[in-house]
Amino acid sequence: MDLVALRVSLALAALTTLVLLAIALPLGAWLAATRFRGRVLVEAAVALPLVLPPTVLGFYLLVLMGPRNPVGRAWVALAGRPLAFTFQGLVVASVLCGLPFAVQPVAASLAGVDRRLVEAAWSLGASPLRAFLRVSLPLAAPGIVAGAVLAFAHTLGEFGVVLMVGGNIPGQTRTLSIAIFDAVEQLDYGAATSTSIFLLAVSFTVLVVTYGLHRRSPLG
Amino acid sequence: MTSTLDLDLERRYRGGPVVRARLEVPLDPAPVTVLFGPSGSGKTTVLRCLAGLERPDAGHVRFRGEIWSDAASGAFVSPQRRGVGLLFQEYALFPHLTVAANVAFGLAALPAAEREARQRWATDLLRVAELAGRRPGQLSGGQRQKVALARALAPRPRLLLLDEPLSALDAPTREELRGELRHVLSQAGIPSLVITHDRAEALALGDRLAVLAEGAVRQVGSVPEVFSSPVDAVVARVVGTENVAPARLASRDGGLAWVEVGGARLLAVDPGHLDDEAYACVRAEDVVLEPRATEATSARNRLAATVTSLVPEGPLVRVVLDCGFRLVALVTRQSAEQLALAPGREVVALVKASSVRLVPRR
Repeated sequence: MDLVALRVSLALAALTTLVLLAIALPLGAWLAATRFRGRVLVEAAVALPLVLPPTVLGFYLLVLMGPRNPVGRAWVALAGRPLAFTFQGLVVASVLCGLPFAVQPVAASLAGVDRRLVEAAWSLGASPLRAFLRVSLPLAAPGIVAGAVLAFAHTLGEFGVVLMVGGNIPGQTRTLSIAIFDAVEQLDYGAATSTSIFLLAVSFTVLVVTYGLHRRSPLG
Repeated sequence: MTSTLDLDLERRYRGGPVVRARLEVPLDPAPVTVLFGPSGSGKTTVLRCLAGLERPDAGHVRFRGEIWSDAASGAFVSPQRRGVGLLFQEYALFPHLTVAANVAFGLAALPAAEREARQRWATDLLRVAELAGRRPGQLSGGQRQKVALARALAPRPRLLLLDEPLSALDAPTREELRGELRHVLSQAGIPSLVITHDRAEALALGDRLAVLAEGAVRQVGSVPEVFSSPVDAVVARVVGTENVAPARLASRDGGLAWVEVGGARLLAVDPGHLDDEAYACVRAEDVVLEPRATEATSARNRLAATVTSLVPEGPLVRVVLDCGFRLVALVTRQSAEQLALAPGREVVALVKASSVRLVPRR
């Protein structure tokens, strides 16, 4: 197995998961609490990567990161080099791709927390932040862990958008799934098999853990 | 003037009902006010507006002269800063925290020694100290209710709001806790507002009673006063005079009025300004039952009645009668046995004219 690619994949998945949690917690809390009618638009936008071909998303990102786009130019001015075909660019793309996998379970589990518990915390003097940290967060923990695990696993196996935005630079943007693709292209079925078995095992374990957590919620 | 909770609020729901409530609740010396009303009358909405969990669309809430909310100026005090203790109908205990942590939840801002003292005071008052290490899932309904009350009392709130405090309990536990709750409320010395639709709960807990029905507070007074003299037909029906029957004025006779109720005629005190349509209200306790064919009594209303059904209620029996209209009588078990009451049995129902309260129909 390509250990350099494994390292890239693990780093990418870990970083992406952290960024996704940082987005999913406030966004999920907002979705769970808001009565704003435009929320369906937000929900639809979050779910988009589920149905959009990764190549479409990758293509738009590539255009956005390109030197002819203001966003791309701003990044170059800021970081000194373009975002496309770098590890950072890959993180941005993976975060967008993984959005529904993290946000949906987190939002659903936060919405599942009995609103009266939060109100009880408020009336006992807890600030909205303290009520969130002491009441909502622990009660929604299984869903939040599930979201993190799914985001991690999905990023580990993402292929299309990675190829479009990241290319195939060893140690930088060459992930496990791309290594498998390469191996097959070169008719190196041995390497492809070992990497595939590894990803299969990881994915299966992740799902077992996720479903197990769902069954062991503190309220169940 | 400033020792009251003064609320005058309106809450509108899109495509739904409008809840209006106007009420002055005395706060000294820590009385229990019962806000009584049928389900859907808006009791919970009023409670939520008082707790700061909902904003009234119009009107204001003032607590001891302090403005808690005022729709006109947009002033609004957050639930955190009202110092209100709230007991939810289903208790809303934090399921992931122990009893001790639940009770201490509202004490986070206090120094540790003070926090411990308050926690002990509350758990001792409710006698739940030995449950400290358990989680809500391991408690009975009655224990949960006590822990929730301890949690609400521990921060020494300025006002205690209780949403149907006993309704989630099974009947025996409810009976048992009713008296205890009254005791705890008077011990705690915190002015309380209890909302309920249960007569027994209102009678057992309340010093004062406010009746909320059809979107407005319709009567406020001492509990017996409201129960025995409802101001109008809506209040009479809500507080359950037991027998509220449509009546039609037949004739007047020197301060008394004969009314037709169903197929029967009743003599009642003429309340004045009575249109020909009214409700006749008779409390079930005021109906006397006798065997058919008896000697004279002072009661002018002697109604031939047939027993429809019997509902035992502790030492009493609720007897449903058909005497041209549906009449409910509350008698002791002994007299029910003496009269050999059973469905189909024919008896005479006696109601003194002074016990028939005529309430003009709106």
